[in-house]
Amino acid sequence: MDYDRIKEKLNILADAAKYDVSCSSSGSNRKNKNGLGNSSGTGICHSYTPDGRCISLLKILLTNHCIYDCAYCVTRKSNDIKRAAFKVQEVVDLTINFYRRNFIEGLFLSSGIFKSPDHTMERLIRVAKKLREEESFNGYIHLKSIPGASDELMYEAGLYADRLSVNIEIPTREGLKLLAPDKDRKDFLKPMKKVRNEIDKYKSEKKIIKSTPTYAPAGQSTQMIVGATQETDAEVMYTATYLYKKYNMKRVYYSGYIPISYDSRLPAIGTEVPMMRENRLYQTDWLLRFYGFSIEELLNKEHPNLESDIDPKLSWALRNLHLFPIDINKADKQLLARVPGLGMKSVYKILSGRRYRKLGWEHLKKMGVALNRSKYFITCSSRYFETKDYTPQQIKQRILSEGHSKYQKTLSNQLNLFG
Amino acid sequence: MQNTFIYDGSFNGLLTAIFEIYELKIKNVRIVAKHYYEASFFEEYHEVITNEEKANRVWKAVIKYGKPIDAHLIYRCFLSEINGIEQNLFNYIKILISKKQSIAKDYGQADVFHLAEVNKKIGREKHRMDAFVRFRKTKDNIYFASISPDFNVLPLLEKHFQKRYADQLWCIYDICRNYGLYYDLNSVKIVHFDLPENILNTSDEIFQKEEIQYQKLWKNYFESTNIKARANQKLHEQHVPRRYWKYLSEKNLLNW
Ligand code: SF4
Repeated sequence: MDYDRIKEKLNILADAAKYDVSCSSSGSNRKNKNGLGNSSGTGICHSYTPDGRCISLLKILLTNHCIYDCAYCVTRKSNDIKRAAFKVQEVVDLTINFYRRNFIEGLFLSSGIFKSPDHTMERLIRVAKKLREEESFNGYIHLKSIPGASDELMYEAGLYADRLSVNIEIPTREGLKLLAPDKDRKDFLKPMKKVRNEIDKYKSEKKIIKSTPTYAPAGQSTQMIVGATQETDAEVMYTATYLYKKYNMKRVYYSGYIPISYDSRLPAIGTEVPMMRENRLYQTDWLLRFYGFSIEELLNKEHPNLESDIDPKLSWALRNLHLFPIDINKADKQLLARVPGLGMKSVYKILSGRRYRKLGWEHLKKMGVALNRSKYFITCSSRYFETKDYTPQQIKQRILSEGHSKYQKTLSNQLNLFG
Repeated sequence: MQNTFIYDGSFNGLLTAIFEIYELKIKNVRIVAKHYYEASFFEEYHEVITNEEKANRVWKAVIKYGKPIDAHLIYRCFLSEINGIEQNLFNYIKILISKKQSIAKDYGQADVFHLAEVNKKIGREKHRMDAFVRFRKTKDNIYFASISPDFNVLPLLEKHFQKRYADQLWCIYDICRNYGLYYDLNSVKIVHFDLPENILNTSDEIFQKEEIQYQKLWKNYFESTNIKARANQKLHEQHVPRRYWKYLSEKNLLNW
């Protein structure tokens, strides 16, 4: 193998792929049958980039040649950059050799679109097929669904991949028209729909016929770039909600736009990456998926954007103070989950702890339940409450002055959102 | 006067000590691993001779009265090698045997709470090893990794690595505790070697010629996948504490 040549390609094609923030290798359940690797449960982060993101997959483009010219993308046709292309076998070899050394959980392969969507998709599938069939590889494979690829190819892709994703990229229709005039929303949605249908079909057939071949066991995901256009948080999150519901997305990722172009339609180079906003969007996403909130409660006509200085749950609670305080010795799980500062872990601790005894402040502290925010919203087995007659504004001030939000200590874009 | 039981540092040794304490009905005891023991005038001491049969009887009681999670908790916390953990483990087993039911979740008990915390640390360290083990391929085709974990978590790694790397020879070696796991395509065995001092360098006396190329490719990948505009060193070091860097080839190939 010509390592220098491979190294050069790897540099170019990993660099071009890094803007896709998805790094998840979780949610699959491929067992090792006398071959190499497995993928089950939560996946492992094998390293972290200096910007603190998990590295669990070899994330590369097959090529960064592209016939399209999407303004927000470094790979766009009109951009003056070095181009490269991997051969199918080169990607297979790299993946296997990295995997055997315990560097990665698997491969995340995407590509610029060369010749045609189908041509590109077919090549991506070939890599996955080789890995599965020739190398008996059971590690994680995430393939990008190329917008506009045919249903037949999307079907085949799911036979080898654990996860499929197609990035919607721009949250609004108008934004997309402005920045990627040769792309149509339909092109993104069509492969999503095919994959969703196949997953549904697989699930129902699997119940009857055990030997049904696995189809994309880790489901599909998508990514939206935020801050490239003038979209509101509400527009982003309503689109996300639609995608979760309609296409059964496993994950929607939000990626703060990183300025890469002098194009006047876009934020100028040097503009800060909206990481705080990204973080708030992830928090909102979690509230919707795990905390029983509905989108209308968090974002609506009166509140089209999230507050940046406090998290969205606190923000919601302050608008709805009449629902508080709640008694943590009585409230059910759903209600507890709505208390600012209580993560699901704390909720479960409270639920199991109160089986033994009535809980007071001391118990809560001992169990490791954070009280700095929650104490304004709960009562417990004690005569002392923080729930005097504070106004929402006063509570907010107190919380903000009491300490830095978690965000300020360490900004994590996906993990530990409510701790 | 305090009675000190000194055991050899093995798990069976500890269980034997507990058996003898029960048998002799001794109060006011302290259990210490040999390598931590410092003699003192004010105590009576017994040297415990590890006895598998006695150990087994204690372990059977744990399994009989507790649930699997109690047994796991005890064994995993033992692997922490924290000086004094024996006392918590002894208390835990005592409570378990007297209550005759699982106490793993009864965090109101100080010993249970403490062990649960230790267990969390063990879990974290195990996961770090799952993640940060870096194999290098030796001339005789063994994928070799050296580690020096904060706790003795090597026994906990066996299952994961055996499942994942079922078709390759591999060895994970704890260079602090001087023993390793070796998988020979059939089963995992415990091994002891005298490792050469330069084992952390990828010299081609030991490793395959191509090995260094893959280390470099990986490091290259690591650098290319970083987004400078998002730099966050603090978060990075929280995820990968500096003391682990020496085992990570992507952080390690400084001079090439
Ligand atoms: S089609 Fe994809 S790779 Fe090509 S310019 Fe658009 S976003 Fe970039």
